[in-house]
Amino acid sequence: MDALLLEYLPILVFLAIAIVVAIVCIGGSYLVVKQKPDLEKTSAYECGFDAFEDARVKFDVRYYLVAILFIIFDLEVAFLFPWAVSFGKIGLFGFWSMVVFLGVLTIGFIYEWRKGALEWE
Amino acid sequence: MELPNLAPALPELLIVASAIILLLIGVFKKENAGGGITALGIIALALTALLVVSGPSERTETFGGMFVVDGFAVFTKLLVLLASAVTLAMSRHWLRAEGLDHPEYPVLVLFATLGMMLMISANNFMSLYLGLELQSLALYVLAASQRDSGRATEAGLKYFVLGSLASGMLLYGASLVYGFSGTTGFDALAKALANEAPVGVTVGMVFILAGLAFKISAAPFHMWAPDVYEGAPTPVTAFFAVAPKIAAFALLLRVLTGPFGSMVEQWSQVIVFISVASMVVGGFAAIVQTNIKRLMAYSSIGHVGYALIGLAAGGPDGVRAVLIYLAIYLAMNAGAFAVILSMRQKERSLENIDDLAGLSKTHPMMALSLAIFMWSMAGIPPFAGFWSKWMVFSAAIDKGMIALSIIGVLTSVVSAFYYLRIIKVMYFDEPGEGLDRSISAPVGLVMGLATLAVLLFNLVPAGLFSSASAAAASLFGG
Amino acid sequence: MIEGLVFYLFAAITVASGVMVVSSRNPVYSVLWLILAFFNAAGLFLLLGAEFLAMVLVIVYVGAVAVLFLFVVMLLDINYLRLREGFMQYLPVGALIGLILVVELLMVYGGWKFADDAPLSVASRTPDPTAISNTDALGRLLYTDYAFLFQAAGLVLLVAMVGTIMLTHRTRTGVRKQVIAKQNARTKESSVEIVKVTSGGGI
Repeated sequence: MDALLLEYLPILVFLAIAIVVAIVCIGGSYLVVKQKPDLEKTSAYECGFDAFEDARVKFDVRYYLVAILFIIFDLEVAFLFPWAVSFGKIGLFGFWSMVVFLGVLTIGFIYEWRKGALEWE
Repeated sequence: MELPNLAPALPELLIVASAIILLLIGVFKKENAGGGITALGIIALALTALLVVSGPSERTETFGGMFVVDGFAVFTKLLVLLASAVTLAMSRHWLRAEGLDHPEYPVLVLFATLGMMLMISANNFMSLYLGLELQSLALYVLAASQRDSGRATEAGLKYFVLGSLASGMLLYGASLVYGFSGTTGFDALAKALANEAPVGVTVGMVFILAGLAFKISAAPFHMWAPDVYEGAPTPVTAFFAVAPKIAAFALLLRVLTGPFGSMVEQWSQVIVFISVASMVVGGFAAIVQTNIKRLMAYSSIGHVGYALIGLAAGGPDGVRAVLIYLAIYLAMNAGAFAVILSMRQKERSLENIDDLAGLSKTHPMMALSLAIFMWSMAGIPPFAGFWSKWMVFSAAIDKGMIALSIIGVLTSVVSAFYYLRIIKVMYFDEPGEGLDRSISAPVGLVMGLATLAVLLFNLVPAGLFSSASAAAASLFGG
Repeated sequence: MIEGLVFYLFAAITVASGVMVVSSRNPVYSVLWLILAFFNAAGLFLLLGAEFLAMVLVIVYVGAVAVLFLFVVMLLDINYLRLREGFMQYLPVGALIGLILVVELLMVYGGWKFADDAPLSVASRTPDPTAISNTDALGRLLYTDYAFLFQAAGLVLLVAMVGTIMLTHRTRTGVRKQVIAKQNARTKESSVEIVKVTSGGGI
């Protein structure tokens, strides 16, 4: 177990450096720079114009459809990783097991294609 | 690793194949093909039922012990398939009238049925959870399928949020059980817990019970049922009221008698509590309802309470009483929803109890059928509902649970009030505008068959009794 | 030593960001705190030696689910102030439920005892991570011993796909879109008409 975790030591060190740098950058600017905010300084700056509207615009529901279809195929791909790693050990049954799984999701893919869910219109 | 024995799972494979084929037909035809997909779905369910009957009758395990087929599974699967087929047959006319006749509807019903069959055959907490999720996911979508109706969307969302909460509780409980016993298999759990169950397992079991109580809409986990039953499209409500309940009940019976069989003392008090709570909620809250779908929701909560009496009594007799209760509940509910589906006026569906006023004069046959279902649900002899209640009460009295039986009888007297009120509205109130005359053929057929089943139950109960006994015995390794 | 320290670091940040998810005023910030919680949970998985789960948590949850949450938060035009209404009203009930859960957890902790032969009934022990990698060990079980669960998961994904499309997809009418096949099928004959115009007669 320790050997495994040692492999991740660089990431831990990296994480520590990232946190320290982030704190130094933000905290430093608070400490060093003179803080004297006024209304004009803190207002949103949009090429010299006043901001037209709230930055939070409503998204179209179609983005949601695309996002959720992405998640489904993302999960499908996540299942492929262990399969690829252990491919030599699981034999023919393991192979066909994955083919059936992919087949079922291909049916779903055909369905959404024919349904026009992938078209933006 | 060689191929696992697929023979016990043939019915499930057939449903998967037919659902996928119907999905493809639907998307290539772009419509329901004149009801063709619904008809094919019913045929698929019937063929599946044939495969279930012809499958192994003695206990067979496959997929590394995660999937089990025994007499109990065969009996409950047949009930679920019958319920799904009946609701599918009744639904098309209504859905077409409301512009909801999507080809996905029968496909999702098939997938939900598949999930229920996996739940019934589950012999491991992992397969239990996947079956439950497959069923729930399809049901969430069905509840919200009337997209342009705010009520249906609300129903779908409520069902989804609360259903996920229940699944989460169940999963949390299962992980506690796994953590303290080292296994998720039902057989191994039964062995590990035979002598003494650790506290962790008990806490986990209570969480699992809470999750399952939600799925059968037993009080105090019933709060979703009235809103969802009212908001969902009526055929979907008809589906919700029967098939998923039977499946979740089967699951509850299998989990409590199998892996937690040695913990009777711990779980029976919980079951007694939710049974009493459901009966009281179902009896009193239904009185003030004016919407018939809401009324049916409270009525089903009450019926769940009565069926749980049988489980609280335990043993093969108690389980047999539950199974017979579920079979009769199926007939009564299918019939009652056939009448509710026919409540249409000028191409609009009606849902208020007052809309039934004077039904005896405009539709004498329909009024008579509904009156019979209501008498039966109230538990008045000689209809089927009386025998089902009598079975659970006598099972409880045999075990010395006198107080529970008395509460059951008292609440069924209370519930008789609102069942009989419907009869009063139909027979003694002045008719309003009157409902449409035309009733679609499948709905009429279901209504007629259900009426016959409820009426003539006491003539031919032997077959049902013996198969329910065999099913109950198979759960106890008999 | 370091292992324990890192565990407490990850666990503390997970809990803290969990608290921030429910208490921050802006739902977008909640999602960002949630992402932090996911990252730290991945770190906890890693400490347990579950490399694959840790990576999947980052790929699927941080990469996809959190983005979806952001979409949904953006989709809804939420009134933050109204979201806060009734917070104090529900607080006692929520606190009571929380208390019950804590008591239950303490009960579990107090009566810490495994079932009789718990170590024996473990279906498949975690193999030594130095001998066989975590992903490999998972793969050897998932596609053969647990093929049934694997296929059932595939069906759940299929139902999710059908359900999403049924609930959110709408074919819009009156949209003019490019149909390449139609463009290619156009010939000179079908689209151009040559008319002889007599002078002064008009068309």
